[in-house]
This record gives sequence, C-alpha cells and structure tokens, in this order.
Amino acid sequence: MSADMSEETTAGQADQPDQPEQAAHAAGQPESVVDAAAAAAVAPTSAVAAEARDDLAQVEPVVGAPKPDAILVADDVVRRFGGMTAVDVDHLEVQRGAITALIGPNGAGKTTFFNLLTGFDTPQSGRWSFEGNSLAGKSGARVAQAGMVRTFQLTKALSRLTVLQNMLLASPKNPGERFWLSWLPFTWRAHEKAATEKAMEILARFKLDTKAADFAGSLSGGQRKLLEMARALMTDPTMIMLDEPMAGVNPALVQSLLGHVQALRDEGMTVLFVEHDMHAVRHISDWVVVMAEGRIVAEGPPTTVMQDQAVVDAYLGAHHDTDLGDDALLDPEILARLEAEEEKR
Amino acid sequence: MDEFLRILTQSLAELIAPTTAAYALAAIGLNLHFGYTGLLNMGQAGFMLLGAYGFGISTIAGAPFFVALLVAMAAGLLFALLLGIPTLQLRGDYLAIVTISAAEIIRWIGRSTWLQEWTGGASGLQGRDYKGTFQDLSPLPDGRTTIGPLEYINTGSDSWWTRIFAWGVVALALLFVWLITRSPWGRVLKGIREDEDAVRALGKNVYSYKLQSLVLGGVLGSLGGVLYVLPITIAPDAMSRTMTFFVWTVLLLGGAATVFGPVLGAMVFFGAYMFMRTGMRALSENTGVGEIVSTTNVEQIGGMLVGITLMLLVIFRPQGILGNKKELAFNVR
Repeated sequence: MSADMSEETTAGQADQPDQPEQAAHAAGQPESVVDAAAAAAVAPTSAVAAEARDDLAQVEPVVGAPKPDAILVADDVVRRFGGMTAVDVDHLEVQRGAITALIGPNGAGKTTFFNLLTGFDTPQSGRWSFEGNSLAGKSGARVAQAGMVRTFQLTKALSRLTVLQNMLLASPKNPGERFWLSWLPFTWRAHEKAATEKAMEILARFKLDTKAADFAGSLSGGQRKLLEMARALMTDPTMIMLDEPMAGVNPALVQSLLGHVQALRDEGMTVLFVEHDMHAVRHISDWVVVMAEGRIVAEGPPTTVMQDQAVVDAYLGAHHDTDLGDDALLDPEILARLEAEEEKR
Repeated sequence: MDEFLRILTQSLAELIAPTTAAYALAAIGLNLHFGYTGLLNMGQAGFMLLGAYGFGISTIAGAPFFVALLVAMAAGLLFALLLGIPTLQLRGDYLAIVTISAAEIIRWIGRSTWLQEWTGGASGLQGRDYKGTFQDLSPLPDGRTTIGPLEYINTGSDSWWTRIFAWGVVALALLFVWLITRSPWGRVLKGIREDEDAVRALGKNVYSYKLQSLVLGGVLGSLGGVLYVLPITIAPDAMSRTMTFFVWTVLLLGGAATVFGPVLGAMVFFGAYMFMRTGMRALSENTGVGEIVSTTNVEQIGGMLVGITLMLLVIFRPQGILGNKKELAFNVR
C-alpha cells in the first residue's frame, strides 16, 4: 500500500506542471515526464550494469528466454502443498549485473519460489544453479555462503542485539565464530576490528551509523528494512535477493530504498526482488518476470511487460471486462468460447 | 532470638552449600541453552542424573577421580547429541517435549530392576561407594574448621573440601561461559535466539551452533549432577522434574543471558527457600500457627510457594535480578 502511495506522491509532485498532458495519457501509457525522470535516474553508472542492460536489450521477451550472461538458472522447479501446486517453473534465467523484478498478484507463488531458490524450502523436483554450481538441495546457509544472500518480507532484525552486532554477525569467515577459537580473543580481534570498520561504512551509507549502539529492536519498521539490507551487504554477496523490500515502508523511505537497490546494481551486484506492486518495480528494474498461479506467465523489459495480455489477465482476471450481467452470457456459444479461452490460458 | 539466629545461620549456610553450587552449575548450562541460544531444555535434571550415574558407576568400577569426571561429561555429551540431532532441526517446542520425556526415561531406567546391578535400582548408589577417590584428593588437614557461624569438617561428605571443590568448578564454568559468550561465537548464539532464519540467511550453520550449545550446556549440567551427589547419594527420584523446575527458577530469578545470573539466582533461591522452610517450621512448632499449618505440611507449602514465585517472576520481572530491562522493552516472541 505504501508503495502505491509513494508512486502517487512522485507522480503528483512531478506532473503538476503539465497536468493536461498527463490527462491525455490517463490510460497509463508510460512516456510521461515522470517516467523520463525516473529513466534518467535508473541509467546504470557502472560498466557491468551498463553491459547487463545492453545484453538484456537483445533478449526476446518470451517466457524462459535465455540470457547472454545468466548468473542464476532454474529448471522444472515444482513445489506442491498437498494437492495445490504453489510453484511450477519450467525455465528461468536471471541476468548477471541487472535488477530483475519478480512480480505477480498475491498468492502467485513468488515468495515460495524465492524460498526454494534460497534453500529455505525444498521443492518436490527441480534443478537450479548459481554461477554454474548447482544449489538444489543446499541449505539456506550454504546458499548464502555461495554468495546469494536474501532478506525477508517480514523483517528479521535481531532485536536484542545492537545494530552494530547485527552487522558484525553477518561478517563472513570470522575465526571467532568457531567454538575452539572463541575463548581466545587474540585469534579474532583483528578480523573483528576490520569488520567493525566495514560495518560502520555500510551503516553510514544507510544513515544508520548514529544508531550503531542501539538495540535493533528499537528501530522503526523502515530502518529495520535498511538494516536488513545493510546486513546482507556485510556478507559480500554477488547476488542479493530482496523479498518485498518496500512492504510496510513509508513513502519517503521507499524512494531511498529504491535508490539503495540501484546502488547495489551499480556496484556490480545482481539483484532479484519480489514485489506485488507492478508500478513500484517499473522505474528501477531492468527486467521483469511475472508469476501467476505458480507459473511464469511473462517476462520482458518493464516498459513492455506491463502491456502483455497474460500480465493484465494475471492481475485483473482474464474476464475482468466481461459483464456478468450481460444476457449474452446465457448464449451457449459465447460461454463455450469463454471456456475455450480459459482452457488455452 | 536464638531460634531466629539459628534460622539465619541455616539460610546463610545454604548460600555456600554444595547443592547450591550444583544448581548454579546446572543453571549456567541451562543459561547457555535458553539464555543465549533460546533452546527450551526442559530436562536439565536428566543431564544431571546421567552425569551423576556416569561418575558414580565408573568410580565404583575402579576409575580414578578425573577419569570418572570425564565419563560424566561424556555421558552428558552423548545425551545432548542423542536429543539434539533429531530435534534441533524442528521448531523449538519439540526440543522441550523431547527433553522432558528423555529425562524421565533416564530416571525410570535408573530406578528399574533391569540395570540394578550398576545403578542400584530405586534406592540408588550409596555415597560411601563412590566418594573415596574425591575425598582422597583433599589437600586439607584432618579436623574441623569454623568460619564465622559456619562449622564443618575439613574432608568428608558435608565438608569444606566439597564446598571448595564445588564452587571452584562453578568459578571455572563462569570464566568459560564469560569467555565464549563475549566472542563472535556467542554473538551467533544470540542471533539464533532472536531469529534463526535470519542467521541462516547470513550463511551460518544454525543447526551446528545449536548442537554445540546443547552439548556444552548439557555437559555443564552433568557436571552439576556430579557436584550434587558428592555430599549425598545418587537417588534417581531426587533428580526428577522438580529438579528441572528448580534449575529454571534459579536461572530466571538470577537473570537469563547474564553471566552471574545463575550463581546469584541459586544463592538467593536456596537461601530464601531454606529461610522460608525453617521459618515456617519454627513458627508452627512454637506459636499458634501450628494449629493451622502443621510441621508436616511445611515441605508441600514450600514447594507451592516456589511455583508461585516462578509464576510471579515470569509475569512481573522476566529479566530476573541481573537482567537488562531495556532488552525486554521490545516485543520478544
């Protein structure tokens, strides 16, 4: 909801000068001043990100399209809960160095798919690999060690640890985290000092450095989201997986969150994030994957994917423009046609 | 007045009693489980009983003191692995269910006739059969020593040597726990206590850390069991659920996740418990109270009051005596 609001706020502020023109585009065609500004803001600044964007421009926007430089490849991933198939993904490739958004209506299976990829859930079948190494059957911890780090939809700040301790906990390969060295401070003090410096740098970037000594439980919801992202960065990930980073964050913070997400990509990281609000992802993603009812129904660049019939159907229902009160529906022929359409879908 | 002094002296003696040290040590172990890692171990008495059996049986079989101590620790370690390996991957409450029943199983096996040859069945093992190696280690001269109002023999069951050894072990355990919990290793445990999925997402093997914590706390518990039986006998029925709940009360009273909480908790708890019981007994013997509360009821009322104390503690001061109020200001699940 807040993501929506932010969208409105931005749009509201920016389109005041050319109100009439905006009205002309009321149908939702993008090419407005807002989008132009947004597009300017997204332009990748790093070589890797620019290359990723150029690469993606060549990719045909069809489901399962192969990417020139895929960092994550998933095949035939199926997750059933009893009789319900929550996820059934035939093929998906995620481009290295780009921001890929995974969108879809509530209950589309986005988060479940996300949990499967990051080792927090086990599928009935499926293979997926990260940087060429298979991750299927690996635990969440192993996935994170491989360089694919995730955040959670319901923020998991470690409340009774301070903000700095939250950060230090994420530092990889800390010798003091091995039990037999833990009681010998001289074996881990150097690592701890370096990690503290790094943590303070990252915290400063997220404007949390003044909170370093506070308990994470005392932070606001938005700050916790930032902390979670900052903490994920402490692990030096190659790919960062954000589960609804904008959920429950106030509009002002959404802007800065989006900025941070772009900054990650510009540093050469690959970002995959889940979001159910189509509009929130439009400005910052390089590629959009749309899920509905457990399947990937469309993928493509953000500007075109939103017009895809499958996406409109997924969000609004295939027959959203059919008048149920229409007598024509009583005609068996028309009903048969609608049913045939439903079959085909 | 004499009567009152006697009650006070008895309560004071309880502060440094070997059983208090034993409970403190078991609570230090439980603190690693619950206070730092968030593991709900409801069977600390099982670890203690196993430690006591391990020590007693191996001593009777002829093992020297420190070997018997190692056997006790190994028993705790194996028990922790046995309980932890299948349950620590499940949600937290399962560990509670499994530990409480496993502790009972240990007790029932101990008191059954099946292993009577080694465990002594329901009547347990007599102190004189396994205390020899421990008392031979005493560096103290023969005779008795009086310090202030307290007077004990130097070496023997209820002796200064037992007290020195018991509190020495507690001091070492405190040092050990202080060292490991202030380290990055301890920080991972606290992270797991807060949210294990978050810690897993950061690339830590949560299962392994939980198992390490369960083993360490369990070994401390089994050493606590050894301390508990050094001045008395190994009686399986004396080390059952009540003992587990006393250890929990001690921990929560002192303050979970604090280093000195378990020790302070044990002292305050047993001091107050003794004061309450002897006080009540004196009252019912010497005053009109005896007509309402007879001396035979004192133990039961005492146990009841402990239960009420535990409830009040959890409701009104969940952080215990030494706990940090600020830490509990957040909504802790």
